Amino acid sequence: MKHTIAVLVENEFGVLSRVAGLFSGRGFNIDSLSVAPTNDETISRMTIVTRGDEQIMEQITKQLNKLIDVIKVIDFVDGSAIEREMALIKVTAEDESRAEVLRIVDIFRAKIIDVTPRSYTIEATGAPAKIDAILELLRPLGLKELVRTGSVAIGRGAKGWKG
Amino acid sequence: MKMNGAKILLECLKLEGVDTVFGYPGGTVINLYDELFSFKEIRHILPRHEQAGVHAADGYARATGKVGVAIATSGPGATNTITGIATAYMDSIPMVIITGQVPTALIGNDAFQEADIIGITRPCTKHNFLVKDVKDLALIVKKAFYIARTGRPGPVLIDLPKDVQIATTEFKYPDTVEIRGYKPTIEGHPKQVEKAVSLILAAKRPVIYVGGGVILGNAAEELTTLGRRLETPVTTTLMGLGSFPEEDPLSLGLLGMHGTYYANMAVSNCDLLVAVGARFDDRVTGKIASFAPHAKIIHIDVDPTSIKKNVRVDLPIVGDVKDVLTQILKVLEEQADKLEAFKKAIVPWSEEIEGWKARHPMGYKQAATVIKPQFVIQKLRELSDPDAIVATDVGQHQMWTAQFFKFNRPRTLLSSGGLGTMGYGLPAAMGAQAAFPDRQVIVVCGDGGFQMNLQELATLVQNRLAVKICILNNNFLGMVRQWQELFFDKRYSQTCMELPIDFIKLAEAFGAKGFQATKPDEVESVIKKGFATPGPVIMEFKVAREEKVLPMVPAGASLTEMVLAS
Ligand SMILES: Cc1cc2nc3c(=O)[nH]c(=O)nc-3n(C[C@H](O)[C@H](O)[C@H](O)COP(=O)(O)OP(=O)(O)OC[C@H]3O[C@@H](n4cnc5c(N)ncnc54)[C@H](O)[C@@H]3O)c2cc1C
Ligand SMILES: Cc1ncc(C[n+]2csc(CCOP(=O)(O)OP(=O)(O)O)c2C)c(N)n1
Ligand SMILES: [Mg+2]
Repeated sequence: MKHTIAVLVENEFGVLSRVAGLFSGRGFNIDSLSVAPTNDETISRMTIVTRGDEQIMEQITKQLNKLIDVIKVIDFVDGSAIEREMALIKVTAEDESRAEVLRIVDIFRAKIIDVTPRSYTIEATGAPAKIDAILELLRPLGLKELVRTGSVAIGRGAKGWKG
Repeated sequence: MKMNGAKILLECLKLEGVDTVFGYPGGTVINLYDELFSFKEIRHILPRHEQAGVHAADGYARATGKVGVAIATSGPGATNTITGIATAYMDSIPMVIITGQVPTALIGNDAFQEADIIGITRPCTKHNFLVKDVKDLALIVKKAFYIARTGRPGPVLIDLPKDVQIATTEFKYPDTVEIRGYKPTIEGHPKQVEKAVSLILAAKRPVIYVGGGVILGNAAEELTTLGRRLETPVTTTLMGLGSFPEEDPLSLGLLGMHGTYYANMAVSNCDLLVAVGARFDDRVTGKIASFAPHAKIIHIDVDPTSIKKNVRVDLPIVGDVKDVLTQILKVLEEQADKLEAFKKAIVPWSEEIEGWKARHPMGYKQAATVIKPQFVIQKLRELSDPDAIVATDVGQHQMWTAQFFKFNRPRTLLSSGGLGTMGYGLPAAMGAQAAFPDRQVIVVCGDGGFQMNLQELATLVQNRLAVKICILNNNFLGMVRQWQELFFDKRYSQTCMELPIDFIKLAEAFGAKGFQATKPDEVESVIKKGFATPGPVIMEFKVAREEKVLPMVPAGASLTEMVLAS
C-alpha cells in the first residue's frame, strides 16, 4: 500500500541523510521525497511517499519518530490529505503535434513556460494521478525531458501543524 | 569564566559525574590532552588500540550503569572506534565517544587524517553531533549524555574539530535540557497495565521472558519480585542473564538457540508470554512462524520500534521497565484473591516444566583425561566471589559461560550479544576492573578472540588492573568449527588455529603471570593460583577440542527442534 507521510524535522545539517539512511539501511522504499523549510525556519518539512504493508508502515513511522531530529510524523490515512505535485515537461512539438500539445495542456489546466520551434516546456500541477495522466497523453508525442517534484501533502480541514 | 573548548569539554565531563575515560591521543586531540595533563579530577586510561578503548568504556558502562566515555583522534583513531561503537549500539549501552576532527575550515577537503565520522557512525549511534562553534559545546555535551542514558540507551558521538578545542568562550553548563524531538515514554499506560494484570491472572501456562532491558533499566529487583510473587517460571536472554537469580527454582535459564531444553519447551507451550525488555532476536525466536504458537504476548519495552518488529504482540506496554513493573506489582496487590487462584491454577504447568527439567537437564559428559570446557566454567563459578564480574568474548566459550556459570546478580555478565564482537571480552573486563578495582573481574575468552585484542595486556599491567583471563583453548575457531561439523560435513575450512601459542610466555612478556592446565585435575589448582596471584593473570585451559555447545536450535528451525546432548 502506498502511503504519504509528512515529517517535521529540525532544520539542521545532516537531517536529510539521517532520514534517507534510515530508509536505505532498513530496506524501506522511498517513491518520492521532498523537503524545504517551513514558516518556522528552525523546522523543515519532508513529504515522503512510501509503500509497505501495515507492519512495515508501523515500523517506518516508529523508526522516524525515534530519530532525535524528527519532531513529528504524520501518516496520512487515505483521503485525509490533499496531495499536489508539480512536473516540468519538455515535449517534442513540431508541425501537426503542436496543436495537440496545446489541447492537452489546456484540458489539464497546465501552462506552457518555454517555447521553441521544435518543443514546448510545460508546467503541470495537480494530484500525482493527474500528472500521471497528462504524461500518458504527452508520451506518444515525444517526451524529451521530465522532472517531477514528488508529492507534497497537507491535511484536510481547519487543523494545522505549526511550522 | 572564559575557557577554551578543550577545558570546557573536561569541565562538562566532570559535571556529568565522569571519573574515568579511555582514550588515545593524536594530532586533532592534542589540545584536549594538553588540558587533561593538568586536569586531575578525571582518570585517563590509555589502551593500546582505540577499539579496545571503546570496549573498555562499554565494559565500564555495563558494570556500573553509568555512561562510559572514550576519546580518539580524527581519521584512523576515529575509524578504529567503529566496531566498539557498533557493539555498544546493538546492545543499547550508554556511551559518549569523543573524536577529534580536522579544523572546521578544512572539513570536506580531504585534509590530513580527515574521516567523515559523523557520516560513518550515523547508522551505529543513537545520535551524533559535530560541534561547529565553541559556544554550542556545553549544550551539546549535555544533550549527548542525556540522550545516551535515557530511554533506550545507546552510544552518542561528539565530533570536535581542533579549532573548536582552541577557541574560547564563557563557560556555563546548562542545568536542564529540552529536545523537542526526543521524549521517551517512561510510565506505562495505566489501562494497558491493568489489562496486562488481567491477562496474567487468566493464564494457565505463563512464562516470563526477560531481556537486557531489565538490566539496562535497573529493574532486576522488581522483576525478581514479580516472578516470585506470581510463582511463574522466568527465562532470560543472553543479555538478561543476572536479572533473575538463576539459582532460584523458578529460573529456566537461557532460552533460544543455545537455551535450555526446558526454557524452549516452556516458551513453545505457554499460553501467555510476558516479554520484559527483550527484543525477540532471531537467536531467541528461531523460526518466527512457530515461536510461542499458543501464547498471547505482552511486551514491555521503552522503545516502540522493538514492539511488533519481529512478532505479533497482543498487549504492548511502552515504558521504562522499572516503572511498568512497579505499576504491575501495585495492581497485583489489589487482587490478592485472584492471585491465589492463579497460583493454584498454574500448578500443573509447573509440574510439566519440572518434567522437562528432569528429562533433559543441562549437562555434559565428564571425561577423565581431557578438560571439558563446561567443567572449567563450573569450577570458575565455584571458586570465584559471589559478586564477581564475568566478561566473555564471542564463541563457544561465551555460550558455555551463559549456560553453566549461573548468574544471580545484574551487571555481572558483560557479553557482546547483538553484534557478537570477537575481541570484546578482554577490554570490556578491563573497563569493569577500572570501575571496580576491588571486585574480582574475570574474562572468559577463546584462543581466537583473545588474540584480537591481546595488546591490552599492557594496559592491564601498567594500570594494575587485576583481570583474571581465562582462555578456553581448543585451538579452533570453535563456534564456526561447530557449524562446519554439523552443517558442512566437517570441512574445517580455516577454523583450525594451527600455531600453538605459549600463552604463559606471552603473559610474562607483558609483565603478567600465566598458568596452564592440561588435565581435569589441574583445573582447580590453576584457578586457585590465578585468583590468589596479584595483578592480571592468564589461566589457559587446554580443553576438549571438538566439544559442541548443546542444546542447539539450528538457524531457522523452531525452538522445539533442538539438537540435544546425548
Ligand atoms: C554466538 C552467539 C550466540 C547467541 N545465542 C543466543 C541464545 O541462544 N539465546 C539468547 O538469548 N541470545 C543469544 N545471543 C544473543 C543475541 O544475539 C541477542 O543479543 C540477544 O538475544 C538480545 O537480547 P535481548 O532481547 O534481551 O535484547 P537487548 O539487546 O538487551 O535489548 C534490550 C531491549 O530492552 C529495551 N530496553 C532497554 N532499556 C529499557 C528500559 N529501561 N525499559 C524498558 N525496555 C528497555 C530495548 O529497547 C530493547 O528492546 C547469542 C549471541 C552470540 C554472539
Ligand atoms: C570480529 C569477529 N570476526 C568473526 C566472527 C565470527 N566468529 C564467531 S565465533 C568465532 C570463533 C571464535 O573462536 P574462539 O575465540 O577460539 O572461541 P571458541 O568458539 O573456540 O570458544 C568466529 C570466528 C566474530 N564473531 N567476530
Ligand atoms: Mg577456540
